[in-house]
Amino acid sequence: MSNDIKIRKGLDIKLKGEAEKLISDAPRSKTFAIKPTDFHGVTPKMIVKEGESVKAGDIIFYSKYNEKVKFVSPVSGTLKEIKRGAKRRILEVIIEADTADTYKEFGQKDVATMSGEEVKQHLLDSGCWPFVKQRPYDIVANPDDAPKAIFISGLATAPLAADVEFAIGKRKEDFQLGIEAISKLTSGKTHLSIDKRSASFFSEVKGVQIHKVSGPHPAGNVGVQIHHIDPVNAGERVWVINPEDVAIIGSLFRTGKFDATRVVAVAGSEAPKAQYFRFKIGSNVADVVGQLPANVRIISGDVLTGDKIANDGYVGYYSNTISLIPEGNTYRMFGWLPFKDNNIPSMSRTSLSWLFPNKKYTVDTNLNGEERALVVTGEMEKVMPMDVYPMQLLKECMAGNIEKMENLGIYEVAPEDFALIDYVNTSKIEAQVIIREALDIMIKEVG
Amino acid sequence: MNALRKKLDQLKKPFNKGEKWEKFGPAFNAFDTFLYVPNHTTKKGAHIRDAVDLKRTMIVVVLALLPALFYGIYNVGYQHFSQLGDTFSFWDAFAHGAWKVLPMVAVSYIVGLGIEFVFAIYRGHEVNEGYLVTGLLIPMIMPVDIPLWMVAVSVAFAVVIGKEAFGGTGMNILNPALTARAFAFFAYPTFMSGNKVWVSDATNVDAISGETILGTLAAGKEVAHNTWSMFSGAIPGSIGETSTLWILVGAAVLILTGVGSWRIMAGGVIGGAFMGFLFNLWSANELMAFPWYQQLIVGGFAFGIVFMATDPVSAAQTQKGKWIYGILIGIFCIMIRVFNPAYPEGVMLAILLMNVFAPTIDHYVVQSSIKRRKKRLSAATVKSA
Repeated sequence: MSNDIKIRKGLDIKLKGEAEKLISDAPRSKTFAIKPTDFHGVTPKMIVKEGESVKAGDIIFYSKYNEKVKFVSPVSGTLKEIKRGAKRRILEVIIEADTADTYKEFGQKDVATMSGEEVKQHLLDSGCWPFVKQRPYDIVANPDDAPKAIFISGLATAPLAADVEFAIGKRKEDFQLGIEAISKLTSGKTHLSIDKRSASFFSEVKGVQIHKVSGPHPAGNVGVQIHHIDPVNAGERVWVINPEDVAIIGSLFRTGKFDATRVVAVAGSEAPKAQYFRFKIGSNVADVVGQLPANVRIISGDVLTGDKIANDGYVGYYSNTISLIPEGNTYRMFGWLPFKDNNIPSMSRTSLSWLFPNKKYTVDTNLNGEERALVVTGEMEKVMPMDVYPMQLLKECMAGNIEKMENLGIYEVAPEDFALIDYVNTSKIEAQVIIREALDIMIKEVG
Repeated sequence: MNALRKKLDQLKKPFNKGEKWEKFGPAFNAFDTFLYVPNHTTKKGAHIRDAVDLKRTMIVVVLALLPALFYGIYNVGYQHFSQLGDTFSFWDAFAHGAWKVLPMVAVSYIVGLGIEFVFAIYRGHEVNEGYLVTGLLIPMIMPVDIPLWMVAVSVAFAVVIGKEAFGGTGMNILNPALTARAFAFFAYPTFMSGNKVWVSDATNVDAISGETILGTLAAGKEVAHNTWSMFSGAIPGSIGETSTLWILVGAAVLILTGVGSWRIMAGGVIGGAFMGFLFNLWSANELMAFPWYQQLIVGGFAFGIVFMATDPVSAAQTQKGKWIYGILIGIFCIMIRVFNPAYPEGVMLAILLMNVFAPTIDHYVVQSSIKRRKKRLSAATVKSA
């Protein structure tokens, strides 16, 4: 059974440096890090002290406000350093890795005979729970909630994003097993959306409701799919999981080990080798991409939603893409002239780049202007394929008006759904930041 | 080019954060960004950004205005010499027009941008580019013989009361350029209407027939111009408004670049044509009987619909809202023209009126989405209960 979702509004930004469909093993990093900042809203409570040794799967910290949610080490080794920032906030927990991993045994499980509660407990114990995120708010799910459905987006439409089906590749059985396990977490349906154009193993996955999705970015955003399948109403919860993490969960049940190996696309015009690499969560980025010149921005994630990391930084917990693009800290003379600088892709027809829809561009990180008051209308709506008025919602978010945010659909959006608005808006406002802050207000005031 | 950049960086130093002229930074930056797109990189949110920025958008509008401005300059000279009965060449007319119009443009920019700079420094934000357009619009909707000091006072009123009092660019309720015109219209009516103001230096000459077509109609007289001169613009009127032909060129630029809303323009034309047609059927007086298609090409209708109604800040902001807003402007414009001969120029008042109602229109459009959401919520609660 399948229900098609056809997205019309949106924008595909075509960039140079797409990852070649080739998987290599990246050299094993000497140090790994878990960054609590990847888990928005989680305040870590450390269990392991500096200098203590851990196995892959050992708990390093748990969430201070929900002790059930635990975070484990992806590798075995010694906890080298707890790096703190302002107000002693923990930024990185760095683990010096052993040459080979020893795993904590969680025991092989037969998913078919387990109840939903047992599956949940197993995920919590093994540290796989943080893979489960909730909407609204785009945060790690609260295990005490009862979600009305679970959503998995099997396609990525963001520029240069990893092809998730290719990345999962040979782990089909783990993926199927993972689906079986997580579908026990809800009394509702488990939805898997797949790319309409590709006839792939995703379409043969059992135990899920399949939706064929077509259209430009953000068609691959799970939030957009939820909106078209079964939108989130006030007070409701749905859970979302990335497909690669479903496969990791599957392997946990099959082998009894927390194997944090992931296939990640390294892409972008500055990538020395744009291809897929296999390595463990939390690897040091230098071991994957090598030493890069200073004028390259390293992004853990895609160019629209990822986090900037240093050349000796660590790949984010959820990232399946590393994007490398040039920094744009240069001046451009008379850049305000219309129809000049057509080498920068633009949705606006004040540039001629719209005449070449198939050209691939090299883009840098220049803001291409400065922040201004909101003047131009109608452009945000062009990249927002939901029944949401984005500009009106953003304005209410800035004002912090809870009731109006609710009315305008704050529960249905995540920052990533506003990434294209960051990109296209003439006034260069930071829509993702505004939405994130507004969601935090909602968490505090409504819960 | 690099030498210029280095020089600029050197000059900029005292304006940087923590330096002694920091407060005046916005003023310096306004000039700097005019030369160079700054080297700012993305810090938060998406790492890549579109090439468009507000400056580019505003410059497109300025470009779109230029054909009508150049024709307006020529027409000022044309009206002047032809009414005086002189023989003249194209360049005579253009030179006379430029002599009259360019000082108005200069005054408008100097006064308006001066106030904008002061507010930017006072509020500590960068100078917004919106005034690049407003500053050109204001002289284009004034009669040619208005004294420069009146232009200056109108501009100051529009920028301070019409815009900055509401919080600056992006916050104003009314279109600032029309605010300036409305101010001049009610403060100095003798300079803004009548049969002498539309032709330059006409006050020095007796027996001039320099009335606008709408003025003629309101007085119940015969119109001496044919459809083609109404369309091409060889008629008396405010500087930029007379030539529908060149305004349409500007409209094409705005629509093709997507900078101006075609929905508002189309809505305005539909509304105006519909109302004009209804009055044609009624035909109780000269104004009502004036053919509907001529209603669209005389007076400020075309200029207002293309350049003023489409101001995104004061217009409706939702797609459906833009249609409603445009259509209502068209309807009200013709209605005001016909029913209130004291204000033959209805388009200014129609747009200002709809500026005030634009947020209300948007409210009802957005409400439909809110209602759908609430309905879905109550359906879900019923199901789970």
